[in-house]
Amino acid sequence: MQVSRRDFLRVTAGAGAGTAIGGLVGLGLTLAPARAQAQELRIRDAKAVPSICPFCSVGCATLIHVKDDRIVNIEGDPRSPHNEGTLCPKGAAIYQLHVNPNRATKVLHRKPGASGWEVVELEWAMDRVAELIKKTRDDTFIESLPNGKVVNMTPGIFALGGATLDNEFNHVCQKFWRGLGVVAIENQARI
Amino acid sequence: MPEAMGFFTDTTICIGCKACEVACKNWNQLPATNGGVTEMSGDSYDNTRKLDGTHWRHVKFIEQFEGPYNGRWLMMSDVCKHCVQAGCLEVCPTGAIIRTEFDTVVIQSDVCNGCRACIAACPFGVIDMNPAAGTAQKCTLCYDRMEVGLEPACAKACPTDSIQFGPITELRTRAQKRVDQLKAQGEKRARLYGDDPNGPLGGLNSFYLLVDEPEVYGLPKDPKLPSRNLNRSGTFAAASGAVVGLLALVGLRKRRMDEMN
Amino acid sequence: MGSNMAECHPVAFRWPMKAKLNGAKLIHVDPRFTRTSAVADLHVPIRAGSDIAFLGGLIHYVVNSRRWNADPFFKEFVVNYTNAATIINKDFKDTEELEGVFSGLNTFSEPASWPYNGNQGRYDSASWSYDRGPKPPGPATADLIARRAGPPFDDLVRSLKLGPAQKDPTLQNPQCVFQILKRHFSRYTPEMVEQICGSPKEKFIRVAEALLENSGRDRTSAFAYAVAWTQHTYGVQMISCCALLQLLLGNIGRPGAGVMALRGHAAIQGSTDVPTLYHSIHGYMNAPSALRPHESLRAYMAAETTPTSYYGNTPKFLVSYLKSMYGEASTAENDFGYDWHPKILGDHSHIASFAAMADGKVKGMVCVGQNPATSLNGGATRGALRQLKWLVVKDNWLTETATHWYLGPEVKSGEVKIGDNQTEIFFFPSTQIAEYDGSFTNTQRMLQWHSFATKAPGDCRTDTWFYHNLAKRMKRLYAASTAPRDQGWKNVLWEFDPDPGEAPLYPGEPSARKILREINGYVTGNPAQHLKGFGELKDDGSTTCASWIYSGCFPAWDQNMTARRTPDPPGVPGAHLAWGWAWPANRRVMYNRASADLKGKPWSERKRWVWWDPTFVNPPDPKTGVAPPHGKWVGYDVPDFAATKAPDAQPKPDGIGLDALSGTQPFIMRADGKGWLFVPAGLVDGPLPTHYEPHESPVQNLLYPKHQMSPVHKVWAAGKPYNQLASVGDPKFPYVITTYRLTEHYLAGAMSRWLPWLAELQPELFIEMGKGLAQEKGIRNLDWVVISSPRGQIRAKALVTDRIGVMNVAGKQIHHVGMPWHWGWAGLSTGAVVNDLTSWVGDPNVSIHEGKAFVCNVEKA
Repeated sequence: MQVSRRDFLRVTAGAGAGTAIGGLVGLGLTLAPARAQAQELRIRDAKAVPSICPFCSVGCATLIHVKDDRIVNIEGDPRSPHNEGTLCPKGAAIYQLHVNPNRATKVLHRKPGASGWEVVELEWAMDRVAELIKKTRDDTFIESLPNGKVVNMTPGIFALGGATLDNEFNHVCQKFWRGLGVVAIENQARI
Repeated sequence: MPEAMGFFTDTTICIGCKACEVACKNWNQLPATNGGVTEMSGDSYDNTRKLDGTHWRHVKFIEQFEGPYNGRWLMMSDVCKHCVQAGCLEVCPTGAIIRTEFDTVVIQSDVCNGCRACIAACPFGVIDMNPAAGTAQKCTLCYDRMEVGLEPACAKACPTDSIQFGPITELRTRAQKRVDQLKAQGEKRARLYGDDPNGPLGGLNSFYLLVDEPEVYGLPKDPKLPSRNLNRSGTFAAASGAVVGLLALVGLRKRRMDEMN
Repeated sequence: MGSNMAECHPVAFRWPMKAKLNGAKLIHVDPRFTRTSAVADLHVPIRAGSDIAFLGGLIHYVVNSRRWNADPFFKEFVVNYTNAATIINKDFKDTEELEGVFSGLNTFSEPASWPYNGNQGRYDSASWSYDRGPKPPGPATADLIARRAGPPFDDLVRSLKLGPAQKDPTLQNPQCVFQILKRHFSRYTPEMVEQICGSPKEKFIRVAEALLENSGRDRTSAFAYAVAWTQHTYGVQMISCCALLQLLLGNIGRPGAGVMALRGHAAIQGSTDVPTLYHSIHGYMNAPSALRPHESLRAYMAAETTPTSYYGNTPKFLVSYLKSMYGEASTAENDFGYDWHPKILGDHSHIASFAAMADGKVKGMVCVGQNPATSLNGGATRGALRQLKWLVVKDNWLTETATHWYLGPEVKSGEVKIGDNQTEIFFFPSTQIAEYDGSFTNTQRMLQWHSFATKAPGDCRTDTWFYHNLAKRMKRLYAASTAPRDQGWKNVLWEFDPDPGEAPLYPGEPSARKILREINGYVTGNPAQHLKGFGELKDDGSTTCASWIYSGCFPAWDQNMTARRTPDPPGVPGAHLAWGWAWPANRRVMYNRASADLKGKPWSERKRWVWWDPTFVNPPDPKTGVAPPHGKWVGYDVPDFAATKAPDAQPKPDGIGLDALSGTQPFIMRADGKGWLFVPAGLVDGPLPTHYEPHESPVQNLLYPKHQMSPVHKVWAAGKPYNQLASVGDPKFPYVITTYRLTEHYLAGAMSRWLPWLAELQPELFIEMGKGLAQEKGIRNLDWVVISSPRGQIRAKALVTDRIGVMNVAGKQIHHVGMPWHWGWAGLSTGAVVNDLTSWVGDPNVSIHEGKAFVCNVEKA
């Protein structure tokens, strides 16, 4: 007996899922199409949080699926006129930026000359960095040049980074440094 | 009952970005080979090499050059063909491999006993063991997503729509139009592979537009079932055990996620 | 050109591919046959660094072509919308007259206060100016500055107006821009292009013909470029050259046209707009500088304000910015705190800063989300890092920069001992994208908000948290100081704690919305009353706004335009104006007045974008109650023009800002409202693009043998052992090398080499080389090879391919090799640092290094 694929589907469709089909039962067949009765979709009941891909500058919109405060999936936001739900391999891998055993989660400190890191308290490290910034600023500050030009700056500190971070970061970063008189503020846009 | 669904992969607009490979891994939570610490293959930009139990999508790179800058670079995202007459399904002794209501072929991990019969039976070399699960695995055409009306992760991610998902009949019409367009533009080698329901294996529910002989892309010219001498009923007999649902997939995915987390 | 869009911006490349399916022609001009070339209709090989010769060749071909001279569209566009007709100062001398340099070239010597500028020479651009009639009468600028006139500063701005530029609309005057540029490019023939670029003449002509066929009333062509056009000693001129060509073809300010910068990072446009860059303050105002006449607020305004363009409003932008810096302490009496604002001493850019660090001038460094240890001239950079007294690294992973002191190649080889390194080093872990909220500005200038989804683990904090909490500490540390030098900091406005009712995401976390509100601006004294856009800015201190160009992104307390996610319905030729928010004023195509003809009609139905609707009934002015005459600019986009200025409107004789421009001057940020074919001011290396060779090149400059390279380009740490440079045609380094990115990785690898899914896709560093070179050197595929430049030597595996290879340049067979630069020693996928080969030479306008074309040697390991 020849049963084409079309017939197969049509027959099973007509008879309903999981039911033996009259004429074919004689052949000893159970033409039940497989169907998961309680298929659990990973993102079912997950919250979809609108986000943006943090890699290149195209600005693909993503949806972050969160369940019980854990990321269960990240994929493209189909509404976006930029990416219409598509992503590149990096965008498709954003999940592993977050869920990754190699992520650094502790504050580390290396003393001058030391051969290794020490894990330190976040607040202590912040205090220490503030102290160092103040000392370097105070030691290197230039109020005016020999020609009398007022410059109120220090060339002693260099701040780098920003193109991978938010606009809001860039604002507070440049405001912080310019406020203190630091002018060597740079990011990846230069290179 | 939904109609037969599948993939049409237009290799002429593939940019070899491998988004499909990663999107598949992300959705199905498949591990990278050796945690990502591997060696380059030296075969163009292909470093994952083949479809297997943890690579359910694989992008092939074919460099056809005659001297510097003189030639073309073909790319093709490969995947399980979801054959209408599926060798894997035919040989599976446990009934772990089933045909779904979408006319796709799925291995149920909790029924699979890891006998590897399907691996040998697949004319395309699609299936292999997933070492994390200890069972044979391959593309499910994102059965879980399809059930709720979502397109498979790879097709959704594909930036150029080289991978198109939809009802097979619609895809065939679209594919033929594209072949006609390419031929009109002078690409005389444009052809479809696996689109013919009267062709080998009753047609492939994942078929391709190629611009060279199938062998160039590592595809068999005339793929065959492992056991042509079996009568037709045997084919269906193999499917008869396929009434179990796909809960297994969910269970497996959860295990894998737990491992990763 | 200058980009590998399919690999580096794969999702943006979705659209060229869709266009291709609709019949568009896709051309890729590149030294490598890449994944972009693979799907292009035409790939044209070009020697890395020779793009100006190629583009100049296109310009030459276009202006001499039958089509360009026969179709009246081109003349109409060029005569009216560009400065083609403008007469240039009679003292101007072109490179064709001076054998490779323009008039005004002087020597340069480093100032003692900051000897890190790197310039090799310096132009006085006076002779590049327009030939002008007499300056309008009125008070002298110097007098207004001396008597501290303003606010308002309108008189000061008006005093800056120049006399009218002389023009010849017939384009026949030999000293008009069009004739100058025609002569300038007269030797850039297809034959010359083939000689210099190694691009086959027949393919070059196909490109030129395709551009001509696809430009005009009814068709447009677009160029996409990326850092392969910026990373040169003449990178700005490459882009400028493309802009010149596109203006000639009528491909600017129109849909489907333009010169599109494909930028490299999620927020790199934002970090340029909101400048964590030394040379500018918010909204592209130049950073106050000790090298310019910026002695006072008014002197700065006089030096930086273009009176006859929208930049005529610079005093409003500047004062509102200073208000955002110093808050209540910023008053008209103290020049809004201008003196507190630091002045730059010269070039404090990336390389200049590392050169100064190597000399011990920079003592402390804070590095957030960047990885310089694998960056330009890596060995020199790491040597500079080892001179630091302290270093802070904040990142998601222990990057090469965090670990250079114990894992760097110099340490591994024993050349440097860990114990000798006296730097105090900190590492702070960071949050990832899903773990906080904020906005990115994408390559289309579009701000898009991302929302918090889950908490970060351990001590991971946002990078904004870091500076916010440092600022609080610095405020405390200086609270008691009475020193004048500390008053600026003490007065800095720092109000970013969440409002009552808004819970911080992490203890001490600032409110991202509040930061964006300050960027958007508000009425001074009433932060809840937001500015609706930059049109509301005042120069008297009554408005507080950090960034004029971002004003309008948050027009009301509860209206964050960047978080909008409403696309246009399918089939509408719209600009998706309700998705995100693009600066300026949510415009999607800049200078889009040029999409309509002189009368304001679309150039063609097919290319309709913005047009004048003469019947539009304007509502009465809310203040005066008087309705303006009928007529308004309307369209699919936000018109980039005064909304009700009719096409036949004439400039106001006494007008400043937009009032000084007519209804047919679309380029409203330019002093003459026109697109500049010839750049009379603003570029330091010439008014017209000129072909020079990269600093390191295997061949002589065929066009200007007396000037091999740009006479004013930058070399930092010149002569230092850590920045050695190869001479022209150096036989020790015979091959041209270019560096690049792969789809599968990102930047220096911190965001990709730690991800298993990406690491397995491109697990190792490689060098792509042609079969010919491989054969010559006895190198087989996958063999280890040693690649060397005067700065360093690295190892990589060979990937032998015909996708790169030999080019015939000036009669010489020049081998090209290429290396992706994503690797370093940290992460799952590791490899040598390709930037150990690059040098500290760069562009004189923007201080970007020359990483896309230099020389190397390759040997089997």
